[in-house]
Amino acid sequence: MLRVLLLTLSVVAIAHAGLCKPDAQNAFKVRLSIKTALGDNAYAWDANEEYLFKAMMAFAMRRYSSKSTTQISNVLLCNVTDRVSFWFVVTDSSKNVTTIPGSEVEAAIRMNRNRINSAFLLSDKTLQFVKITSTLSPPVEPSTPVWLIVFGVVLCLILAGIVFLVVAGIRQHKKKNKKSTERENLEEKCEVTITVENGIPCEALDLKAGHINGVFAADDERFTSL
Amino acid sequence: LSVPPEIPKEDSRPKWDNKFQYILSCIGFAVGLGNVWRFPYLCQIHGGGAFLIPYFIALLFEGIPLLHLELALGQCLRKGSISAWNTISPYLGGVGVGSWMVSVLVSLYYNTVLTWVMWYLINSFQEPLPWSMCPLNENRTGFNEECYRSTSVNYFWYRKTLNITPDVTESGTLQWWLILCLAACWAIVYLCTIRGIETTGKAIYVTAIFPYLVLTIFLIHGLMLPGATNGLAYLFTPNLNTLKNPSVWLDAATQIFFSLSLAFGGLIAFSSYNSPKNDCEKDAVTVALVNSMTSLYASIPVFSVLGFKATTGYWDCLDRNIINIINEFDLPEESIMRDNYTAWISLLNSSYPEKIAGLKLKSCDLQEFLDQSVSGTGLAFITFTQAIIFMPGSPAWAVLFFIMLFCLGLSSMFGNIEGVFTPLLELQIISKSIRKELLSGIICLISFLIALCFTLGSGSYWIDIFDSYAGTVPLLVIAFFEVMGVAYVYKMKRFSKDVKWMTGRKPNLYWQITWRFISPLLLLIVFVAFVTLRIQKPSSYAAWNPKYEGFPMKEEKVYPPWVLAICVLLAVLPCAFVPLVALFHLVKKICRSENPRFVQPQVFSCQGAS
Repeated sequence: MLRVLLLTLSVVAIAHAGLCKPDAQNAFKVRLSIKTALGDNAYAWDANEEYLFKAMMAFAMRRYSSKSTTQISNVLLCNVTDRVSFWFVVTDSSKNVTTIPGSEVEAAIRMNRNRINSAFLLSDKTLQFVKITSTLSPPVEPSTPVWLIVFGVVLCLILAGIVFLVVAGIRQHKKKNKKSTERENLEEKCEVTITVENGIPCEALDLKAGHINGVFAADDERFTSL
Repeated sequence: LSVPPEIPKEDSRPKWDNKFQYILSCIGFAVGLGNVWRFPYLCQIHGGGAFLIPYFIALLFEGIPLLHLELALGQCLRKGSISAWNTISPYLGGVGVGSWMVSVLVSLYYNTVLTWVMWYLINSFQEPLPWSMCPLNENRTGFNEECYRSTSVNYFWYRKTLNITPDVTESGTLQWWLILCLAACWAIVYLCTIRGIETTGKAIYVTAIFPYLVLTIFLIHGLMLPGATNGLAYLFTPNLNTLKNPSVWLDAATQIFFSLSLAFGGLIAFSSYNSPKNDCEKDAVTVALVNSMTSLYASIPVFSVLGFKATTGYWDCLDRNIINIINEFDLPEESIMRDNYTAWISLLNSSYPEKIAGLKLKSCDLQEFLDQSVSGTGLAFITFTQAIIFMPGSPAWAVLFFIMLFCLGLSSMFGNIEGVFTPLLELQIISKSIRKELLSGIICLISFLIALCFTLGSGSYWIDIFDSYAGTVPLLVIAFFEVMGVAYVYKMKRFSKDVKWMTGRKPNLYWQITWRFISPLLLLIVFVAFVTLRIQKPSSYAAWNPKYEGFPMKEEKVYPPWVLAICVLLAVLPCAFVPLVALFHLVKKICRSENPRFVQPQVFSCQGAS
């Protein structure tokens, strides 16, 4: 009895091993870049991590098909390299020695990609399923583009500056006009006309400060008296 | 009765607040975008440090004499370019009109370049920068195709900014975001030039000094970037063999000439607001030396950043190859590093040559990355923006860089606008009726409306045309006639006396020889060589065409005949004014000389009352 059981198990194992091969049907290659993602905090890839991977795959299949039939033993890993890369297939426990179609596995992984990534502290780029491209998330765009806001601020400042300068110019012009009209009015009111002799206003010539030329001033005797 | 001596009229001409403002304005006008994005490129392609030899020879025999001539002229005559040349001789009035025309044409397109700088500036206030990532395509399965095939920086420049058409004949539509930025730029120019030098004199303190601060910050940061030394070594390693090529000397002469912003009339306008007793000789030497030193100073951070970009590009190339090899051979991570890459490659190539060939690895050569030389808008908007993405804290660096470019361009715009504004103020029909604020507003509004053409899809092609034709050949012609006019029509003896009256010493032998012989000769040679080289190659342009097979390489296209006609018109129109005005006055003189009552106008002298 025991021998028959062992025989069947080994046959199943060998058959299963045949299912998981590089480039086998419905098999996927996985590539992890742990050191790139985590640097010094990188963990080593060992049998426990493989167990976690199988568990995550089983979890993904269960969530996707909502059948609770996929077991951890259904997920087969093979060809694990130092890169850390390996191939895996998911077998169907209900049908004998067949693998679940690749499209279903792919859909299950896409649905749960986030959970799978976080289980390993990795991202879409560092936990690669080689044939499954991830949908790219669009860059976050605010409702009003940032540049419009900055532009609005700049334009307001410029317009404020222009208005200020123009108004200041008009006010200065008005003040100058008022001053010149005041001066004209003052000159009209003045009764003393400003005489200009030789380009110099007479008032500038302070007669007291001037010199009296003695030669001409006091010499009346030179002229013959009439 | 003798005529009474007149009281000198109170001088109503505006003045600079102080000498420093005047010098700063001249320096700001001369130091522009070309110092940052043309001089380093010329150094790079013409043998690094060896380029400085023809550059300084051109500075000595062409740049400084012409600069001194213009500053002395403006200071002596105290008028803008049109009236100044009319005063020297009515036959030379065309020189003034020509330089006014060039100032108008250059102002139009130069502010559009500033529009692009402003667009990048206001887009720099976000993290991540918009040119660092490609947008997704419609069904979100991958990136936008045009962006994916070229790079995200190229895509942002050609598609998101310019929305460029594949051909100069296809005008495309007006780009509304560029119109907004153009309006803002002209509003800034109006704000700063609203009352002529009263307002630009205040603005220049910021726009002329700030770029030096930013250049220093970039210098310090750039020297600390990895790979900076590669760039600097590449820039400064002299290769004296390039000096045998005459085009190197031509490039040096044209670079000095255009860098100092000669023959625009702006320098004449600036110095016309000086008091006559001012040492214009010292000013000229100062401005020219500061301009050249700034070019050298700017090339250090530019090349540090370019070296950094080349190094990161090289490392990127290596890393991609390494990942491919590791994935193919399932080797453990970090087994191949950048330093043992070549050893591993040779090992694997000997053992598995077919697998290595199947990977189609790109050959990564640092020299090739360094050799990618760019000048002009490509340097600022593509190369530099890409380098900034790799720097930590990129939005801050982008903001600093674009504010610096904006200030550099704005201070040059002040000179251009003064070259347009001052002669108009002195025209009899305008000065009495219109106030300064209104005149500058009208100039800015008309320029904005005309410059809307440059916001079309094909706008950047047109700006290249304006830059290559309106901003080059006419200046050489006008400068040639300026020197000849002063040396032989106004007569060098009279000019030397005027300069002696202004500066206190007679111009020495160096000035005499350069003004009379060397500078005109040099200008003639440069002009002939420049035009010959231009005519020899068929004028073509590089178009950005996503449907081209060689995309992302640009497609070489030839200008259609009607565009060529416009090019020739742009180059010839300002120059044509010189003979036309001379002819007009000649005809007038012949008609007048038949009229005996006509009195000859008094000969002008700098020293007498105006």
